[in-house]
Amino acid sequence: MVLLDFFFRIRDAGIPVSVKEYLTLIEALQHRVASESVDNFYYLSRATFVKDEALYDRFDRAFGDYFNGLEALPDDFLKDIPEEWLKKQLELSLSEEDKKLIESLGGWDKLMETFKQRLEEQQKRHQGGSKWIGTAGKSPFGAYGYNPEGIRVGQQGSRNRRAVKVWDKREYRNLDDSIELGTRNIKVALKRLRKFAREGAEEELDLDGTIRSTAKNAGYLDLKMVPERRNAIKVLLFFDIGGSMDDYVRSCEELFSAARTEFKHLEYFYFHNFIYESVWKDNRRRNNERIPISQILHKYSADYKVIVVGDATMSPYEITYPGGSVEHFNEEAGAVWLKRVLDVYAKVAWINPTPKARWKYHESISITRELVDDRMFGLTLSGLEKAMKQLAK
Amino acid sequence: MVERFSGTKDYVAGEDLMMAVNAAIALQRPLLIKGEPGTGKTMLAMEVANALARPLFQWHIKSTSKAQQGLYEYDAVSRLRDSQLGEESVKDIKNYIMKGPLWESFQSESPSVVLIDEIDKADIEFPNDLLRELDRMEFFVYETKELVSATHRPLIIITSNNEKDLPDAFLRRCFFHYIQFPDKETMTQIVDVHFPGIKKQLLQQALEVFFELRETPGLKKKPSTSELLDWLKLLLAEDIPVEALKTSDQRKSIPPLAGALLKNEQDVHLFERLIFLNKRSERK
Repeated sequence: MVLLDFFFRIRDAGIPVSVKEYLTLIEALQHRVASESVDNFYYLSRATFVKDEALYDRFDRAFGDYFNGLEALPDDFLKDIPEEWLKKQLELSLSEEDKKLIESLGGWDKLMETFKQRLEEQQKRHQGGSKWIGTAGKSPFGAYGYNPEGIRVGQQGSRNRRAVKVWDKREYRNLDDSIELGTRNIKVALKRLRKFAREGAEEELDLDGTIRSTAKNAGYLDLKMVPERRNAIKVLLFFDIGGSMDDYVRSCEELFSAARTEFKHLEYFYFHNFIYESVWKDNRRRNNERIPISQILHKYSADYKVIVVGDATMSPYEITYPGGSVEHFNEEAGAVWLKRVLDVYAKVAWINPTPKARWKYHESISITRELVDDRMFGLTLSGLEKAMKQLAK
Repeated sequence: MVERFSGTKDYVAGEDLMMAVNAAIALQRPLLIKGEPGTGKTMLAMEVANALARPLFQWHIKSTSKAQQGLYEYDAVSRLRDSQLGEESVKDIKNYIMKGPLWESFQSESPSVVLIDEIDKADIEFPNDLLRELDRMEFFVYETKELVSATHRPLIIITSNNEKDLPDAFLRRCFFHYIQFPDKETMTQIVDVHFPGIKKQLLQQALEVFFELRETPGLKKKPSTSELLDWLKLLLAEDIPVEALKTSDQRKSIPPLAGALLKNEQDVHLFERLIFLNKRSERK
């Protein structure tokens, strides 16, 4: 069974395909949706198997791997090549004659062999020219150059649309991610913090109320409306931004967008490293539009739940000493300000994107954990669930 | 013979898109379309309906949409009110059941096309509530105790803007296609379809400006096909000469009528700053 082999190859590549999709593909083939060409089969199987554009690249690799009998490039093989070295800087504009002049080297095997060989010989970044690996050259290795049978390495978009096969173009490379926290998963985790209440505009028919008042009204219909049930949880969200947090921007963005749709009453603020006397709402105007913490403490009632997202990785002085902040002179220590927040809001969770295993190596994390009474949770699904449970108590 | 979709004179479809549409037609499964805003996701359903000469039923999803609304809604309030007034129609509950787009399409005399637009806008459980309906193409009306099943299974096209927001069980039942942003060649074709008489030079220049603008790093919302078409329409209406585009080297000045391309205040701001920096570095 050639097709079954292919199916398992796709599964092995980490694309979540199920039996249902396999049967669909067979059915489609029986219906002769795709004519005999491999290209058509590629499109058909992609539409059937892949349900997320982030997985297109993996599929392309698995497909090419299977149908060309090639050895797939292991991922770490590509990682070994320094990123900076491949960064595109030049672009090559060739005339038609030039293009014709460049000859393709032999088959894939030979290309790969030579590629590895050159990789060993070559030590530094290379650009232009026609032998070494790098960008914008005429060598068959590297990207943004022109050689009809070249191997693409580190290319971000497709330039000359003349690669050997559609799937070999791997146009979706930069979309691939292995982030486990999708917004959907986060939303499901945040759902634990739902407390439905009826507030706001009255738009739903209140059946019980209507019956009651109609009966009172001697049988004449008296309609009663109630507001729709909504999540009434109120949340203050503080995000650490910049510096060491840059590594976690993606997961924080996901958390943020999920939180925004899940909580109707959500206020968010940014801070850098630790909470001091003021925070801000717009990172571009952080220097002139600051909001004093004291104002927040007065404005938002104590039934708000506070979620702080930050890696708490800094020098301990930044927390415990006045004037410890890296950005300005703070008259009172960060710990004092955090304490004030904790005094007002009973429900607090600190979500830390650094892997839990590393927490014990940073003194600042231990200090912060102590400050928040051990209510620190990892930015993982289980961590979020625990945090929400704790907040909902 | 199974019908086939191969683009229309108003819509340029890539080979991969056609394959996905044809697979969905042949197997009568829903087709899920994703892609950058403005790459013609919603247009696709209209054009497919056009090309196949099928009636189109549209269901635009809002954040308050419920799966039930696609099937039917029972208007209890007007029935209660009518009962007070002693209307004849009260006796038949059917008079108070309003059919949704899915019901309409299930009952359609010929095969139809259903567009479920922007499914990601709805509540997180929305797609799960439609699983059975989309799979079996039937549903039960509790008020009248009747089973509505499709006489002809409609072609269901679902669009979504969001990444990874749909449940697996739902995805398994669909074909999927991601509309990639068109390259220059395809873009020329698309523009040709919309503005058949456009001057070659102007188009070429405009496309250059457009693609260069898209490459600007850090844009919040990259201009897409629909923005380009709007911009071209403006350029033609204002009769902007080709030279105006040529002299407006991206790095030195803002292209004419750029408001049609950049719609985000922050983007315009960013773009102006880049130009300012370029000018300054040139003077040095």
